[in-house]
Amino acid sequence: MENSASSEAFVRFEGVQKSYDGKVLVVKDLNIDVPRGEFLTMLGPSGSGKTTSLMMLAGFETATHGNIYLDGRSINNVAPHKRGIGMVFQNYALFPHMTVAENLAFPLKVRNMGKSDIEDRVKKALDMVELGSFGDRRPAQLSGGQQQRVAVARALVFEPDLILMDEPLGALDKNLREQMQYEIKHIHERLGVTVVYVTHDQSEALTMSNRIAVFNDGIIQQLAPPTELYEKPTNSFVAQFIGENNKLTGTLQSTQDGICTVRLPTGEQVTALDINTDAIGKESTLSLRPERVFLDPVEGQCDNVFTGKVEEVIYLGDHKRVRMNVCGHDEFIVKVPNATDNKGLQVGGTAPIGWSSKDCRALDAI
Amino acid sequence: MMANTVEAEGQLTPDEQKRLTSDMHRSLRRKKFRALFLVAPLLIFIMVTFVSPIASMLFRSIDNPQVSEYMPNTTAALADWDGDKNELPNEATYAALVKDLVEGRKNHTIGKAATRLNYEKSQMRSLIVGTARKAARLKPPYKEQLIKIKKGWGDIDNWRVIKRESKPYTASYYIAAFDMETTPDGEIKMLPENQRVYLQMLWRTVWMSVLITVLTLVLGYPVSYLLASLPMRIANTLMILVLLPFWTSLLVRTSSWIALLQGQGVINDILVWFGLVNDESRLSMIYNATGTVIAMTHILLPFMILPLYSVMKTIPPSYMRAARSLGATPYTAFIKVYLPQSVPGISAGAILVFILAIGYYITPALVGGQTGQFIGNMIAYHMQSSLNWGLAAALGVVLLALVLGIYAIYSRLFGGNNQMTLR
Repeated sequence: MENSASSEAFVRFEGVQKSYDGKVLVVKDLNIDVPRGEFLTMLGPSGSGKTTSLMMLAGFETATHGNIYLDGRSINNVAPHKRGIGMVFQNYALFPHMTVAENLAFPLKVRNMGKSDIEDRVKKALDMVELGSFGDRRPAQLSGGQQQRVAVARALVFEPDLILMDEPLGALDKNLREQMQYEIKHIHERLGVTVVYVTHDQSEALTMSNRIAVFNDGIIQQLAPPTELYEKPTNSFVAQFIGENNKLTGTLQSTQDGICTVRLPTGEQVTALDINTDAIGKESTLSLRPERVFLDPVEGQCDNVFTGKVEEVIYLGDHKRVRMNVCGHDEFIVKVPNATDNKGLQVGGTAPIGWSSKDCRALDAI
Repeated sequence: MMANTVEAEGQLTPDEQKRLTSDMHRSLRRKKFRALFLVAPLLIFIMVTFVSPIASMLFRSIDNPQVSEYMPNTTAALADWDGDKNELPNEATYAALVKDLVEGRKNHTIGKAATRLNYEKSQMRSLIVGTARKAARLKPPYKEQLIKIKKGWGDIDNWRVIKRESKPYTASYYIAAFDMETTPDGEIKMLPENQRVYLQMLWRTVWMSVLITVLTLVLGYPVSYLLASLPMRIANTLMILVLLPFWTSLLVRTSSWIALLQGQGVINDILVWFGLVNDESRLSMIYNATGTVIAMTHILLPFMILPLYSVMKTIPPSYMRAARSLGATPYTAFIKVYLPQSVPGISAGAILVFILAIGYYITPALVGGQTGQFIGNMIAYHMQSSLNWGLAAALGVVLLALVLGIYAIYSRLFGGNNQMTLR
């Protein structure tokens, strides 16, 4: 992220809290700095406070406590229409009684721009989303993907510095969603606008973002670039929420130089990276990605070697997902690349498996 | 989808095409019969209780049987008489008249013919009924004697009226409904200004209905907006308050307006108590047009709120938010985005309230006094008091035509414009 070097945060949440009923905090102490030009995604399950945070930034909800800054200026008391933030909504919110061109002209008209200026900009925006000839249509006459592109174009046409997107691809089918992910990503790269994007779809977040803020229970669990989030989750929720995860629970036996030993209920000892553990003798959850587990490990390749019993084999073309019973835990998933030599995987059979302690992370207990 | 059907059609041979078409018709026919069967009870009910009374009303407004039926001999005798020639009918006609009067008196039917003729020309009733009482004692020749009994029989105008109204159909009820009259010469002209009633009342009915519609819209729009934007649970509770008037008898509601608005009523008492109004000059808010407008606005308000609410409920809040985020002030966002999308609700509510208002009867009758009467009250008067059903029917037809005309304009403007509501 080259932009992260710039000193001043473009968007800043400072100790922001939100409660709807005065009893429960939907957002608890939110602190984020978003540098100019960043694509930041707020990711989390529904009810985790991500959309509420976005709505506070857009101005449709007021923060119960704390400050939100835009370009160094507190915007707590600035009305939504004066914030100059472009927004793309979940159901596009294209005005059904206006044509596509009128929809795009709307933000320009309310800014009292000249007629020819408006036409130029509308045309440019339509060309940008490759809908040049659709200006006279009504939104209802467009497909979901086209409506989505119009919504993006409308949010961009008045050249805001910040675009907010609230699950904009939620209503599209899978193929279109993936295609739109790239389109949005490319628009962001081309225009250099700052984007705050809300989604509950982790693959969407991983594909598009510079950084991802994982929300749960009104708190940011981890704020990190996609690779770091996947490779180095700092707590059990993130490890479980992002990607597939094998979870083993045990008690912490010892820890030294960042490497700890965890004893499983069945008696086995596992060595792992000590990332986020409590005191010795307390519970800890081990997180291990399925693709980091090796079947029939070569001598010395892994420092944790156990025997697994094959429960289920699912053929997925390029790889096989094998569900095994390992150390009394029968939801243990191993991804085996599809190769000519792995025929020995029979349901009911056993196989030695192993993993490196560097790939296994000891986290907080769930 | 489209492309598929075209392709499939292209592959069919003419024979197959024909078979497909007949199959389609057969399967659709069964569907149609089913539909007809399902609506049949309601259809029959409506035919009996709605369509046939309307048809009978339409017919009654031009039906004119009284004279030809109860004075058959006179009718026949007058057939050859030329009213334009300025001479009285011949002796045979007078004889026929006497025969009709005698028979009519015996059968108690002559009064009906007399009443009918009296609508056209005053004093016709006393002329006929008065003569009928003495007709049995008369001996021929009749002409001189009749003119001696009642001078009216020597007046050609009276004979012209009898001849004109002896036809089985008449336009005279419509002529009367438009405040016009037919002179004895057969000329149709407006009544003198001080005798005109119905046009003025029709006009009053229309403008007061428009006023009531506008008032319900002004009062109902914000309420509907609030209801549509509140959470479901609260909105449902408030909706009960909106619907509460529906559960109260119309008479009770109207009477309570009387209690509130009358000279010694609650509102006047409060105004006087606060010193806003002198005790001597209490406001007259009831038994006039004001009372009708206030009471009817209240009664018809739910009919405006319900369609508005149901349309507004379908407008997602994200439209307003989108408009705001695009830089529109709350006012602009409302005018440019929300209002256009609520137009189907406005038009549906307005036409509903207007059509209900224009035919209203009970409330104006109770609180309208002199100046707050509607055309419906006039129709009721002719149905119940004056018993001039023909005129009542004609007025009803005029009202019906007015409503249909307004509805036609409405559907021209708003019907088929579904693009408004499409998302």
